[in-house]
Amino acid sequence: MARFLKRRETLLFLIIAAMVAAFSTRAAGFASPDNLGRIFNDTAILIILALAQMMVILTKAIDLSVAANLALTGMAIAMINAAFPAVPLPFLILAAIALGAALGAVNGFLVWRLEIPPIVVTLGTLTIYRGMAFVLSGGAWVNAHQMTPTFLDVPRAVVLGLPVLSWCAIAVVVFIAALLRYSPFGRAAYAAGGNPVAAVYAGIDVGRTRYRAFVLSGALAGLSSYLWVSRYAVAYVDIANGFELDSVAACVIGGVAIAGGVGTVIGTVLGALFLGVIKNALPVIGISPFTQMAISGSVIILAVLFNARRERARGRIILRDRAAAPRAQEVSA
Amino acid sequence: MTTQTPETRNPAPAEGSAPRRAIPDRLGTPFARILRRWEVLLFGVAVAIFIANALASPYFLNIWNLSDATFNFTEKALIAFAMALLVISGEIDLSVAAIIALASTAMGAAAQAGIGTAGLVAIGLGVGLGCGLVNGFLVSVMRLPSIVVTIGTMSLYRGISYIVLGDQAYGGYPESFAFFGQGYVLGPISFEFALFAVAAILFSVLLHATNFGRQVFVIGNNDFAARFSGIPVERVKFILFLLTGLMSGIAAICLTSRLGSTRPSIAQGWELEVVTMVVLGGVSILGGAGTIGGVVIAAFVMGLVTFGLGLLNVPGIVMSIFIGLLLIVTIALPIIAGRIKAMGKS
Repeated sequence: MARFLKRRETLLFLIIAAMVAAFSTRAAGFASPDNLGRIFNDTAILIILALAQMMVILTKAIDLSVAANLALTGMAIAMINAAFPAVPLPFLILAAIALGAALGAVNGFLVWRLEIPPIVVTLGTLTIYRGMAFVLSGGAWVNAHQMTPTFLDVPRAVVLGLPVLSWCAIAVVVFIAALLRYSPFGRAAYAAGGNPVAAVYAGIDVGRTRYRAFVLSGALAGLSSYLWVSRYAVAYVDIANGFELDSVAACVIGGVAIAGGVGTVIGTVLGALFLGVIKNALPVIGISPFTQMAISGSVIILAVLFNARRERARGRIILRDRAAAPRAQEVSA
Repeated sequence: MTTQTPETRNPAPAEGSAPRRAIPDRLGTPFARILRRWEVLLFGVAVAIFIANALASPYFLNIWNLSDATFNFTEKALIAFAMALLVISGEIDLSVAAIIALASTAMGAAAQAGIGTAGLVAIGLGVGLGCGLVNGFLVSVMRLPSIVVTIGTMSLYRGISYIVLGDQAYGGYPESFAFFGQGYVLGPISFEFALFAVAAILFSVLLHATNFGRQVFVIGNNDFAARFSGIPVERVKFILFLLTGLMSGIAAICLTSRLGSTRPSIAQGWELEVVTMVVLGGVSILGGAGTIGGVVIAAFVMGLVTFGLGLLNVPGIVMSIFIGLLLIVTIALPIIAGRIKAMGKS
C-alpha cells in the first residue's frame, strides 16, 4: 500500500483529482461526468501524440517533428478529401497512417543508418515537413465546406456514450500498453533506452528498435492528423504548431525519463490529462488562455526537477558517471 | 545532451578516414591551418552561392543591397557564437529565441513607461543575463539535462511574453534606440555588422586562445576526464549559459531596435536557425569540436541563401525547407563520404 501511494502515477492521479475538485469550487459542474468526458475528448489527440513521443523517448531519442508530421499529413488528406470526395474514409485514414509512418521512417532512417543525433534530425524535418505542407497547399486553407460530411462526422459520432475520437485514444492506449508489455519490440525499446550497450550485448539491434519507434510515432501522428483536421474542421499550414512540446511535456510530467528506458503508458496518459485539465480550466476560472504556455513551461521544469530528484535518490548519479567511461575509450580510439 | 548514446557518440566511422572535425592540437595555429578542412569547403560553398546570387538577380551586386543582406544573419550569428561554445561543451540551449521575446517585451514595457535608451539597453542585457542564469542554474547546479530544461524555459520565457502582451504589441521606442538596429557606423557598414565582427573576434580569442576555451573543448570531449583534471565543469557550463543569455539579450536589443516593435511571437523559430548555423559551421553536435571561424562562414552562407531566395521572391516558409535540408545534409554528407572512403579501403 505504501509503495502504491509512492508511485508516480498514483501521485499524479491524486494531483489531477485535487485540481478538478479545486476548479469545481470556482465553477460548478466542472467535475460533472459530462464535463470530464469533454475534457478527455479534448485531450484525446494529445494522449495519442504523447504516447507516440513516449515510444521514441523510451529508446533514448526524441521526435520534435510529430506536430509538423501531423500538419503535413493532415493537409494531404484534407486536400484529397476536398478534391476527390468519392474516396472512402477508411482509405483516407489508412493513407494518413501510411504517410505519417513514411515521414517517421525518414527520421528513423537518418537516426539509425546515419547515426545523426535524433534532436538534430527532427529539428530539421520539423521545418521541412511544415514547409512541405505550405508547398503542398500553396498557403491555402481547406475549410469545412470543402470536406465531406462523413469525413467530418465520424470522430464526433457517439458510440456507447463516448465520441469515436475518445475511443480512438482509448484504443491507442490499449495498443501501446500491450505492445510495450507483450511484444519483443516493446521490451527492446526499454532495453535500448535503459542501457544501449547492454542491449547490444543482449542481441538487441538498438538502431533498428529506434527506427521502429520513429515509424510508430509517425504512424500515430498520421492517425492524429485525421482526427485533428476532422475535429477542428479546417486544415492549414500552422495547425498544431508547437504541439510537439506539449507531447514532450506530457511525457516528462508522466515520469518518462528523457534519458530513455523509463516510463509507463498510464503515467504518460495522466501527464496528458494533467495538461488537458489545466487547458480546460483556465477559461472557466477566468484566466487568460495566454498564460497556458508559461504554465506548460513551468510544469515541464518542475517535472524534470522532480524526476531528477527521484533518480538521484536511486543512486543513478554513479551510473551516469560510469556511462561516461565508454566515451573515454572512443576518444582515444 | 542526453539523447545521445555511447555508441552514437562518434559518427565518423573507421579510424582510417580523416575526422571531419579535428581538434586542433596546438593553440595559435596559423589562420589557414585552422580553416583547413570543413571551413574551406564551406567557404567554397559561400563563394558559389555568392556567384549564383549575382547571376540570378541583377540587384544583388549593389553595396547597399549587400549591406542589407547582412541583417539576415547578424543577430542570429551573435547568438550562434555563444551557442557554438555551449554545443562544444556538450550542452544546448533551445530557449534563445524565447529569451529574445522576453527581453524585447521587457524593453517594450520599459519604453512605454518612458525609460530612455540607456535604460532600455540595460534592461535588455539584464533580462538576457537573468534568463541565462536560470538556465545555467537548472543545468549546472540542479544537474538537469539541458535539452528538456531549455524546452521548458523556452515555453516559460515566451509564455511570460504572451501573458504580458497577449495579442497586443509594444511600439514607441525612443528615436535614439533605433541606432542599434538601423544605424551605420561607417559608410555601408551597419552597427549590427560591426558588432558581429567584434563579437566574432572576441569569441575566437575566447575559444581558441584562452584557458577557458581549452576547458570548453575538454569538457565536450570527455567531461568525466575533465572533472579528474580539475576543471570546474559545472562552473564553465554555468558561465556558458550566462554568456548565451547575454548574447540573446544583445540580439534582442538589435532586433527590437530594427523592427521598432515587439510582439510575443518575435524571433519565433530562431533557436532552430541558430543551431543550424552552429552545426553548419562544423561544430560537432555531440560536443568537443568546432571553430568560431566555421560559424562565421556558416552565418554568411545562411545569410546569402535566405537573401538570395528572398530576391527571387521565395516565401519565408519555403526558405525554412532549405534551412532544414541544409542542416541535415551538411551533417549527413561527411558521414556518408566517410563510409564510402572506409568501404573503398576495406
